Amino acid sequence: MYDKKKLEDIKQAKGEWEDKFVNKTLKRFPERKEEFETDSGIPVNRVYTPEDLEDFDYQKDLGFPGEYPYTRGVQPTMYRGRFWTMRQYAGFGSSEETNKRFKYLLDQGQTGLSVAFDLPTQIGYDSDHSLARGEVGKVGVAIDSLKDMEMLFDGIPLDKVSTSMTINSPAAVILAMYIAVAEQQGIAPDKLSGTIQNDILKEYVARGTYIFPPEPSMRLITDIFGYCAKNVPNWNTISISGYHIREAGATAAQEIAFTLANGIAYVQAAVDAGLDVDEFAPRLSFFFNAHLNFFEEVSKFRVARRIWAKLMKERFNAKSDKSLKLRFHTQTAGVTLTAQQPDVNIMRVAFQALSAVLGGTQSLHTNSKDEALALPSEQAVLIALRTQQVIAHEIGVTETVDPLAGSYYVEKLTNDLETMVWQYIDNIDKLGGSPKSIEKGFMQKEIQESAYQYLQQIESEEKIVVGVNKYRMKEEMPADLLKVDPAVMERQCKKLEQLRKERDPKQVAETLQKLRDVAQSNDNLMPYIIESVKAYATLGEICGILREVFGEYQQQVVI
Amino acid sequence: MDKPIRVLIAKAGLDGHDRGAKVIAQSLRDAGMEVIYTGLRQTPEKIAEAAIQEDVQVVGISSLSGAHMHLFPPVVELLREKGASDILVIGGGVIPESDIPYLKEAGITEIFTSGTSTKDIISFIREHVN
Repeated sequence: MYDKKKLEDIKQAKGEWEDKFVNKTLKRFPERKEEFETDSGIPVNRVYTPEDLEDFDYQKDLGFPGEYPYTRGVQPTMYRGRFWTMRQYAGFGSSEETNKRFKYLLDQGQTGLSVAFDLPTQIGYDSDHSLARGEVGKVGVAIDSLKDMEMLFDGIPLDKVSTSMTINSPAAVILAMYIAVAEQQGIAPDKLSGTIQNDILKEYVARGTYIFPPEPSMRLITDIFGYCAKNVPNWNTISISGYHIREAGATAAQEIAFTLANGIAYVQAAVDAGLDVDEFAPRLSFFFNAHLNFFEEVSKFRVARRIWAKLMKERFNAKSDKSLKLRFHTQTAGVTLTAQQPDVNIMRVAFQALSAVLGGTQSLHTNSKDEALALPSEQAVLIALRTQQVIAHEIGVTETVDPLAGSYYVEKLTNDLETMVWQYIDNIDKLGGSPKSIEKGFMQKEIQESAYQYLQQIESEEKIVVGVNKYRMKEEMPADLLKVDPAVMERQCKKLEQLRKERDPKQVAETLQKLRDVAQSNDNLMPYIIESVKAYATLGEICGILREVFGEYQQQVVI
Repeated sequence: MDKPIRVLIAKAGLDGHDRGAKVIAQSLRDAGMEVIYTGLRQTPEKIAEAAIQEDVQVVGISSLSGAHMHLFPPVVELLREKGASDILVIGGGVIPESDIPYLKEAGITEIFTSGTSTKDIISFIREHVN
């Protein structure tokens, strides 16, 4: 970027500045620490200069927005055209209660829906299963059958909203229900837009809602890719997620590396299943965490785009531009929320959200201040949504594309992160790819070590957490926390009882039998899951059949 | 030298958030205790059984999904039924303050919520086991 002579001059000037000013200052006022570093352990210098970007090549490293390698963003005009989708993750209790929360959020100017399901739903158990005790409706809405899904989207036209659903192992079943509800509303599948998470690999590594072993799980995923490419073309068939990997303790570099490594595994699986890369790759989407280390986070989003574009182009020979673009959703880091002085969380969330916007996110969830204490109250969710609206409308950061580009520091961090991520991807390739490296506990161990180190930094007060290890106060806990109605489980069980009486048992048995047969073959499962769902077979029954055919995953305990 | 304290760290219910459970397990291990970690998706029955089988003095149960009121008390009950009421049971996770009195009444000796220092947990265990 700079000619040799200019760089020499800068180097010399820097030396003089150090002699003349820095050393003098250091004698009187030593710096706060001997060494500064980012969360990923990248050393942070006192200042950055053109010297740090000696080999920087604007067109090769950045290009223009909407242009390879997409470092500056996936669209040419970014937020000058349209803001990101403001999408608050919501769901609790019954589908009636969650439907009300959805309508409230849409009334407040939210632009997309994001469904949280309770744990029994995510693990494929009906609400009346013995393992569902105490969990029904707790961390999300309870969905047992198409009946619940009909209620969940009652009065919400599915061709007018895009809906993201955090569902993994039973993703095919929930998507089938969504398609069936749309059909009842008179909406064809090709008019639907939204996302299913459908990312099993990170469930094994970090999130824990797996059901089946890796092989049949990957088949379910590629069946969804294949089915949607033909029938639900605007649906994001997977959201390859670093969010939970980060929450479990990974650093920024590990978050990107492990997520992209998982991405490679999905693309490879689909290619191996005979799909054309440009047929499904444009519908892959990603999901990242926005953590506290501001500039490293901005750099992280930029570098994720750059690496994915290179991977798709060079490794998978994708031809379509759409296949090269890494589009992503962001959520602020839940793990950084404190139970102490919860109002302070509003600020943490705002800075994290800003990093996501400066990093070019396509959609955003901002956490609520009370989430270290309970599910968010309506009031807390409103502040979180308003935070996004302030960033979008009031502070001017959306008027130009990728405003931090060209910052010596940000570009250097972006380059450094890239080097670290490629090293990890290399290591994972050597272990035989992401599924193998998970089987061997590699990712889990790396994450665990980072999590433990983070804890130790807080306990030694090397890292300050305001209100936790410094600036503590005596305080009363907030009184307006949300409590899930404990009767929700009883109500769900009654609904199930009713459903089992009302539906046509012959039709249920027949569709489930067909499903079992197809599960034992290599045919695409989606059409048969849709038929079962429409016959009002329950989520637990459908997953039960698949459990019998596929078996269940046994967790590797790594510590 | 005293025999090291044996601790079972258990993830109760369907919750997959195990960062807390794992870093606590590692911290207790570093403090010289013998720690067994159960992994995910443990029922109260499995936890009580493992506690007795492993002959631990402490059981630490973790849940962040809001199911603690259903999952923690049965562990204490089952231990009592099996004649192991001397095992110290403690809990952690996202647990609203208003739920803590009920849990303590049910025999969970202490609840450690977000932001607790591991030093406090270690000294609590040492005080209550010896």
